Amino acid sequence: MTVVADTGPAPVPRHPLTPAVFRVVGRRVETGDVVTLSLEAADGRPFGFRHGQFNMLTAFGVGEVAISMSSAPGGPGPLEHSIRDVGPVSRALCALGVGDHLGVRGPFGTGWDLDAPAVVAGADVVVVAGGVGLAPLRGAVRHLAARQRRGGGRLFVLVGARSPDQVLFADELERWRLEGIHVGVSVDVGDPSWKGTVGVVTALLPGAGFDPATAVALLCGPEIMMRFTAQALVDRGVDADSIRISLERNMQCGVGLCGHCQLGPLLLCRDGPVVTYGGVAAELLRERQR
Amino acid sequence: MVPVPESMAGLLAAQPLFAGLPGGAAELVAGCGRNVAFDPDRLLLAEGDDATTLYLIRRGLVAVEVHGPDRGGLVVDTVGPGQVVGWSWLVPPYRWTFDARAVEPVGAIAIDGACLRGKADDDPAFGYALLQRISTLLLDRLQSTRLQLLDLYGDDGRR
Repeated sequence: MTVVADTGPAPVPRHPLTPAVFRVVGRRVETGDVVTLSLEAADGRPFGFRHGQFNMLTAFGVGEVAISMSSAPGGPGPLEHSIRDVGPVSRALCALGVGDHLGVRGPFGTGWDLDAPAVVAGADVVVVAGGVGLAPLRGAVRHLAARQRRGGGRLFVLVGARSPDQVLFADELERWRLEGIHVGVSVDVGDPSWKGTVGVVTALLPGAGFDPATAVALLCGPEIMMRFTAQALVDRGVDADSIRISLERNMQCGVGLCGHCQLGPLLLCRDGPVVTYGGVAAELLRERQR
Repeated sequence: MVPVPESMAGLLAAQPLFAGLPGGAAELVAGCGRNVAFDPDRLLLAEGDDATTLYLIRRGLVAVEVHGPDRGGLVVDTVGPGQVVGWSWLVPPYRWTFDARAVEPVGAIAIDGACLRGKADDDPAFGYALLQRISTLLLDRLQSTRLQLLDLYGDDGRR
């Protein structure tokens, strides 16, 4: 199957509420509880999407869950989703093997907006990811790494994880580092083999060396992490309107009809998951959830 | 041409703890400081020992460790350039409560704790400004520790 880029020919749209059957063509265990599935449409039709969007994945007979794409639109390679086993649906998805089938509805939601003028013009881009939050950013990082290779702007990738063995895409992080991209990793608890930073991911910001006056930041991870990271970026001089965060609530329909994912005035399946921190998001992040 | 070694006051003035403090604070403290270096795996300070020194890290990475049964040294924090290792010299009983170990070659300024306390006692304006800086750093450290305790990346069990 070919995955088309944003600018490629538009695929024939699928019905947004009807899952299309996809086949697992690859399965890779990333960490102890994260599995990446490579998928092809059973009908062979191409699947287009934008960086940062998500699909609703169906484990037949179990349920449906929102998972962001962890591959880049336009390839190379098939559509990929990196799934963390945290409950019945994600556990069933993680248990799928090559040749198994699942349902896919999407793509849904907003993206990281890598075509924004500042990004295209070469602004520093700071990617801050926590835990499995690196998955929705992996495609964007690949795109921005290519931008840096072309001399089109610097990229800074800062990653937080629970422990060294929970660092997602560790091999790819090392490849990006060897390419000259600034890659920082911090873990909450080290072990005797760990020679890197221990502490919250914001500890990596002072050493990153980006230009806060013009930087664009992309954040994905636990909401508390994003709240503190966004504030730390603002404190360092980054414009709140240049910070994008990926929010998640109880995504169900994916098209803004059912209201399960409402956060204040936003329906996150439609108005998110990626929203600008400087807009309504900063206030919403401070709201106490009941 | 042989480079002129930078003065201790100049080195201190470049450190965030002292940068911009009024009244020539770096010059005031310069006599308390000396340059030190640690090879990887060497201890800067050890739990239970007398806390005599404030370390301002100039280069390298330092791991703050705590030891537990069957767990060995558990790294709970790391400290890098521009940051401070060691607060226990500030208040009685002046005893370290963690180990601090060089992860990689470390260069630091070691400031004698008793000397620094003496400067602060003699010049309350300096002492107050210094304590404000230290309080800010301690609050940052406390906040970071709280976030670590939340286990943010743990299993949320929702899906």
